[in-house]
Amino acid sequence: MTVVIDTLSRRTTGSSAPGAARPARPSAAGAGDPGPGKPLYKKREPIYPKLVHGPWRTLKWAVLGLLLGVYYVMPWIRWERPGDLPDQAALVDFTTGRFYFFGLQLWAQEVYFITGAMIAAALVLYLVTALFGRLWCGYACPQTVWTDLYIAVERLFEGDRNARMRLDRAPLSFNKVWRKGGKHLVWILIALGTGGAWALYFHDAPTLWGQFWTGEAEATAYLSVGVLTGTTYWLAGHMREQVCTYMCPWPRIQGAMLDQDSLQVTYRYDRGEPRGPHKKGQPWEGRGDCIDCKACVVACPMGIDIRNGPQLECINCTLCMDACDDIMARVGRPRGLIGFDTDAAVLARSQGQKAVYRFVRGRTIYYAVALTAVAGIMGWGLFFGRAALDLSVMRDRNPTYVQLKDGSIRNGYTLRLSNKMQQARDLVVAFEGPAGARLQAVGMPDGPITATVESAKVRTVRVFVIVPAAALSDHSTPAAFVLKDAESGAADRVKTVFLSPGESAR
Amino acid sequence: MSDKESKHDAVSGVDTTGHEWDGIKELDNPLPRWWLWVWYVSIAASVVYWVLMPAWPGITGYTAGLRNHSDRTNVAAELKSLAAQRGAQGAKLTNASLQEIEQDPALQAYALAAGASAFGDNCATCHGTGGAGAKGYPNLRDDVWIWGGSLDEIAHTIRVGVRSGHGEARMSMMPAFGREGMLQPAQINDLTQYVMNLSGREADQAAVGRATQLYADNCAACHGAAGKGDIAQGAPDLTDGEWLYGSKVEDIHGQIWNGRGGVMPAWETRMNDETRKALAIYIHANAGGR
Repeated sequence: MTVVIDTLSRRTTGSSAPGAARPARPSAAGAGDPGPGKPLYKKREPIYPKLVHGPWRTLKWAVLGLLLGVYYVMPWIRWERPGDLPDQAALVDFTTGRFYFFGLQLWAQEVYFITGAMIAAALVLYLVTALFGRLWCGYACPQTVWTDLYIAVERLFEGDRNARMRLDRAPLSFNKVWRKGGKHLVWILIALGTGGAWALYFHDAPTLWGQFWTGEAEATAYLSVGVLTGTTYWLAGHMREQVCTYMCPWPRIQGAMLDQDSLQVTYRYDRGEPRGPHKKGQPWEGRGDCIDCKACVVACPMGIDIRNGPQLECINCTLCMDACDDIMARVGRPRGLIGFDTDAAVLARSQGQKAVYRFVRGRTIYYAVALTAVAGIMGWGLFFGRAALDLSVMRDRNPTYVQLKDGSIRNGYTLRLSNKMQQARDLVVAFEGPAGARLQAVGMPDGPITATVESAKVRTVRVFVIVPAAALSDHSTPAAFVLKDAESGAADRVKTVFLSPGESAR
Repeated sequence: MSDKESKHDAVSGVDTTGHEWDGIKELDNPLPRWWLWVWYVSIAASVVYWVLMPAWPGITGYTAGLRNHSDRTNVAAELKSLAAQRGAQGAKLTNASLQEIEQDPALQAYALAAGASAFGDNCATCHGTGGAGAKGYPNLRDDVWIWGGSLDEIAHTIRVGVRSGHGEARMSMMPAFGREGMLQPAQINDLTQYVMNLSGREADQAAVGRATQLYADNCAACHGAAGKGDIAQGAPDLTDGEWLYGSKVEDIHGQIWNGRGGVMPAWETRMNDETRKALAIYIHANAGGR
């Protein structure tokens, strides 16, 4: 079901013999076998990636450690907040509808900032992929990170590739049971920690931690931890590469973001072909550097052969690069037979032309501009656009106006005063509109309207505005409400209208 | 269609499906076996669902399932717990007087919310969703009251109704001067002009002069010598701009002729004390609260 990419057809012989180049490829069963009896389904062929050593592997460990460290530790970080607000640095609080992140406090009605952040994140992903390949898939994706960790645990209990393959084929024994059992136990513990950390982002961490072990936590906490434990264990332990190949939409979307000028993990066939075995002392002239050792194939956690070119299953984890560099060093050839390179460059070199790297091209310019725009808008909105006070005005619509005994006209408004500051404030409401307007608030004495609003709270005030008929000539007169805090000078002004019968109704 | 050579893809070593779209072919790889297992599991799960939950319809009934799940029962239970919860909160209003509720911001906020809800269910059908009324249904939003606009007067009107048959109902009877033949048509025409003149609108002054004595004899007893009305009797003020049955000449003529009087139900037996209090607070506040 892989769509064949055109550039593959330009390569020379040796790589297209069915079956020979891909012993571990999971999707190539029944190769070259037409006719009835071909199976509709096939079992997953287990993949045993061999441990590699090298700078890319080290970098991958570092990124894994950093990402997991942040994930597990973040809920425990404290951040002082005034009043009875929670003191957890990163918290999604469903009960009050707030999102807390260190000094940032997003209210439920500002959820569009999250939307903007997601759009910006998507654009970052597109830009990075268009430039440098599937770095998300190979280094940062949670599926990759946890699967990498789980394979490391598997290697700890069962040994490296050959030992694991032997153990799987061996009959049941005490040795097999304790190794496999220990591995699954550690997997479940990691999964539990992962699901647990997830729940801690939604409750106060120390509190939930204490409640969880004594059975006092809410049912939803246990349920979500249970579900995430199960999915982590299942997806990272058992499904592994099946997620990328069959379940995840990103591999398919990434295909749209990559082009012939994107850096990707690439087998430089201009250097590697024609491939073939090499004995010590034989010359390297007239042949490629690839000695067909399959080190890249056995190192691949996806079970593919990178020499077939960029493919959906290749997540750019860069382990084949380390594996091949190791071999190249041993046979005395330069490193980088598999490396980050672009399809266009390899093709150019294979045709004897100079390789040109085009990082600035239509696609990347578009992504960069869109990202700058979105990030700019979000940044401006977050740092400058969020007011300390917020006033919302809802004019009565039924009836739109009321005519009083003395002929004056009255409009009703429902005001919501939001105090986003850290302390309680006395806020003053004023009205700008037709001359002679009088303000009355339900439950308050006549005159300027003063309302005390607690920090991070909203207060609703019903206001009547009464205007003598003589001051009104049109059906709709522009007006505005102004909310002010005398102490800090913060203010918010909302435009509205004052409605009356108008000339025609007289 | 089954040309073996054109089906085989040399590069990947796998057959294609045999179809081609603008030169694009599709490899025919076997699907992962776990897809099949997921499908089997979903079938098994659906059978479990049939056993536990309402699933299959019959001619007159349906299979109820072992859990006896019923949305209807669940909703009824939720409404019951809501009523119990409301009962607990409504008790807040029981002890406080109307004036006390209006002074306390928290109690007032609660009463306004409860009153808005009760208004929509009970009062809006006649008085309108915004309380602005219609022809024949008083406007509850302005400062003109037939039976008085203080908190206690509003509460009383809600409790006993108007011409409702309740023992203490608000009661006023405007005679049907025309229909009953108590006055001549010409006299009613003149009175119509008099009433137009009372509220400062254009009127035939000759008719106004003829009707002055007619008014004093027939109308002043209820509507007052100057036409200012009488809340105690439920007689409207004829000098303001508020006309329950229409402000045009023909409407006023019709009212003098027919003497209409609407009916408002007595809510004493249909609402508990707390709800009626909340309604009084709500109506009073929305009329300007003065």
